[in-house]
Amino acid sequence: MSNELEPIKDPGLPAHVHRKADSDPIAAQRAERQVAILFALSAVGTLLLIYSYIFVKSDAFIFIPVIGNTAAQHLGLGIGMAIALFCIGAGAIHWAKTLMPDEEVIAQRHEFRSEDEDRAEFVKTVKAGAAAAGLGRRPLIKTSLGVALGFAGLTPLLLLRDLGPLPKESLQKTSWKAGTRLVTDPGDRPIRPEDLEVGAVAQTLPELAPGEERTLNNIGKDAVLLIRLRPEEFNLDAERLSWTHEGIIAFSKICSHMGCAVALYEQQTKHLLCPCHQSTFDVTRAAKVIFGPAARPLPQLNITVDAEGYLVARTPFTEPVGPSFWERSS
Amino acid sequence: MTARERIAGNVASYVDDRTGAAKWMKKNLTKVFPDHWSFLLGEICLYSFVILLLSGTFLTFWFDPSQREVIYDGGYQPLSGLKMSAAYASTLHISFEVRGGLLMRQIHHWAALIFMVGIVVHLLRVYFTGAFRKPREFNWIIGVGLLTLGIVEGFLGYSLPDDLLSGTGIRIAEAIIQALPLVGSYIAFFAFGGPFPGEAFIPRIYTVHVLLLPGIFLALITVHLMLVWYQKHTQFPGPGRTEKNVVGYPLMPVYMAKAGGFFFIVFGVTAFLGAVASINPIWLYGPYTPGQISAGSQPDWYMGWLDGLVRMSPPIETHAFGHTISWNILIPGLILPGIMFTGLALYPFIESWATGDKREHHLLDRPRNAPNRTAIGAMALTFTLVSLLNGGNDIIAQQFHLTINQMMWFSRIGVLVLPPIAFIVTKRLCLSLQRADRDLVLHGRETGRLVRMPNGEFTEIHEPISAEKAWLLTSHEQIAPLELPELDNAGVRHPGALKNKIRNRISRAAAVAVPKATETERRELEGHH
Repeated sequence: MSNELEPIKDPGLPAHVHRKADSDPIAAQRAERQVAILFALSAVGTLLLIYSYIFVKSDAFIFIPVIGNTAAQHLGLGIGMAIALFCIGAGAIHWAKTLMPDEEVIAQRHEFRSEDEDRAEFVKTVKAGAAAAGLGRRPLIKTSLGVALGFAGLTPLLLLRDLGPLPKESLQKTSWKAGTRLVTDPGDRPIRPEDLEVGAVAQTLPELAPGEERTLNNIGKDAVLLIRLRPEEFNLDAERLSWTHEGIIAFSKICSHMGCAVALYEQQTKHLLCPCHQSTFDVTRAAKVIFGPAARPLPQLNITVDAEGYLVARTPFTEPVGPSFWERSS
Repeated sequence: MTARERIAGNVASYVDDRTGAAKWMKKNLTKVFPDHWSFLLGEICLYSFVILLLSGTFLTFWFDPSQREVIYDGGYQPLSGLKMSAAYASTLHISFEVRGGLLMRQIHHWAALIFMVGIVVHLLRVYFTGAFRKPREFNWIIGVGLLTLGIVEGFLGYSLPDDLLSGTGIRIAEAIIQALPLVGSYIAFFAFGGPFPGEAFIPRIYTVHVLLLPGIFLALITVHLMLVWYQKHTQFPGPGRTEKNVVGYPLMPVYMAKAGGFFFIVFGVTAFLGAVASINPIWLYGPYTPGQISAGSQPDWYMGWLDGLVRMSPPIETHAFGHTISWNILIPGLILPGIMFTGLALYPFIESWATGDKREHHLLDRPRNAPNRTAIGAMALTFTLVSLLNGGNDIIAQQFHLTINQMMWFSRIGVLVLPPIAFIVTKRLCLSLQRADRDLVLHGRETGRLVRMPNGEFTEIHEPISAEKAWLLTSHEQIAPLELPELDNAGVRHPGALKNKIRNRISRAAAVAVPKATETERRELEGHH
């Protein structure tokens, strides 16, 4: 439809409006002074920085409304630096905006495509080059080069092999063995059932053999959470119920989703919540997932007491703890 | 000639004597840059990158990238005597004993956040104004690469101090690696030098964080800027501006002063934030141990949407033939982000395929004049924002007295339902704005002055808009939809018919527009009034 309709015309670049400083020497001087004041302020900022670095004590605090108590030296250094830098920038921009020429300039732009003739020459050169290499005519070279390059690409992969050991059984197993005592973390004290009141939670680890050091690698797999309920509050099958002891139930603390520590226990609802992705586990039903992205319950540790009345693992974990991995079989 | 001018002249001669670059330098020193506030967004990224290099170098002088266990005996009393990694202890040392150390740490972290905000907002500007179109597709891809690397670099950076919060982040990263089918546990063991957390990971990511990625950044940023320089900056439409020219200010002296000044402004603002706004107070989190965690664990904002996707994922795992595939990790953690970043990188090609437009574009679009593109952008943005909200679902639930479950279900449903709604609403809004533009050109501006006619009727006086404004509102081009053959001459469906039909359909949707006002119509209406 719009073919016959006359479009609105481009009126062209609007006429330039001069600034006050362009024609009025007083305004120009004023602008110059303003720029100079900004630069001078910057120097004051640097002085504040130097003063704070040398003379302000690192343990002196001052109270700033909204922020609260702040280390005076840190604040002096930062504010000094901010003033020093900001004012240089503000001065330079004010200078450019008030005193440097502000007339817009028009530059021409050309299409990137070259003239047809040049382009044809270029295409010809590329074609001739490709033909001279003769890859298309010599499939043997093409194929063997491909194989060689692909093969050479294996080198970096191979050289990175020694970054770490093979996983082997590491992801499948923890330090818990039959008879390992549960000890408090921190403190490493063995626990008797009567140490835990109903409703209480305790973070535990396997007891160390004498001379053994506890590493973060171990904690990452061994951390166990003890929770004590009234025995009648459980909603477990006979087997899992037998894994508890006097209402005390033990779970791996390492989330079955992505391995965070499942540390939030809601006493009222008896839910465990992982603060990373909010997977929620029902303690009364063997840590069944009732909400969130986790797909598996937290592994339950089979516990009992030893001859001295301390809580121990009756068996190791019956499944790998922590997040899933390819070799995990259930 | 003043002494100053003589010196400037001598410098120019000195350079030319040694390079013969007089012609090239003259051309480039007077290079014209169009002015618009949104063109500063990319500059902010560049400057915060420089700030990151400077403050980061300072931090490396004291930071000890080691997971060796030490007993803390520094100045921060609450952690005195605690076992921790040397990385964490040295970060405490920088924060409490090195003068200006905390300031530099906070400047570094703030600059990283500003860098990422800058990249994202710059990307949105480039997207919504169509600046990515031919000949700038390659620069768009580099930009998407910088965004992706920025997310990785930021994550590695805040992982280095080995505090309880960042260690939890590493744990999650390890779980994502471990979830890879077939090779997951192997790659995880290689990356961590054994079981998690090991003692190898922080020294390794340190090298990546301070050497490998900054090197790649430097190379990509250089190419990015060279292309901007060589292809000349795009400009917004307006009177006197065409596809064939660039209207703006010359590099020397105006742009040098403005851009140089802006660097100091960005640095000054970052220093101010570093001085007054506490960020990542790692001494409050404590050293990392896998058995502990703090409630409200949150990644930095640019990781938040990924974390939000992971949080809202349904609990699906496949167990078969003695193997496990964790869809609940793979889909939100790798597959969806992979699709999104690939789609983002390829968007310029997808759009030009859909519209059949293969021409160069140097004039930017006003977003309303490309309703389909704007609506697709709004759709993607909505998806990301819902995910980001869900990344903070625990905090939001707490602040607004909701349950986590309500938040999670809102996100799970919202992430599917809201993006299409955003598409439809945005497209309608764009068309309405086009209609408003048309009315404005044809009927003029409402003045708010009511006049009573002799016959008692009230009318509002409309004032014609300026010729410049009228041109701005009508200078965009409206491209016709594709009409690819769906049948051949004999009336038989030919092999590419289905493809052509789909392209025709898409390009028809992309070409929907309110006809823009014309001079003819304007004159006709004037006759009536």
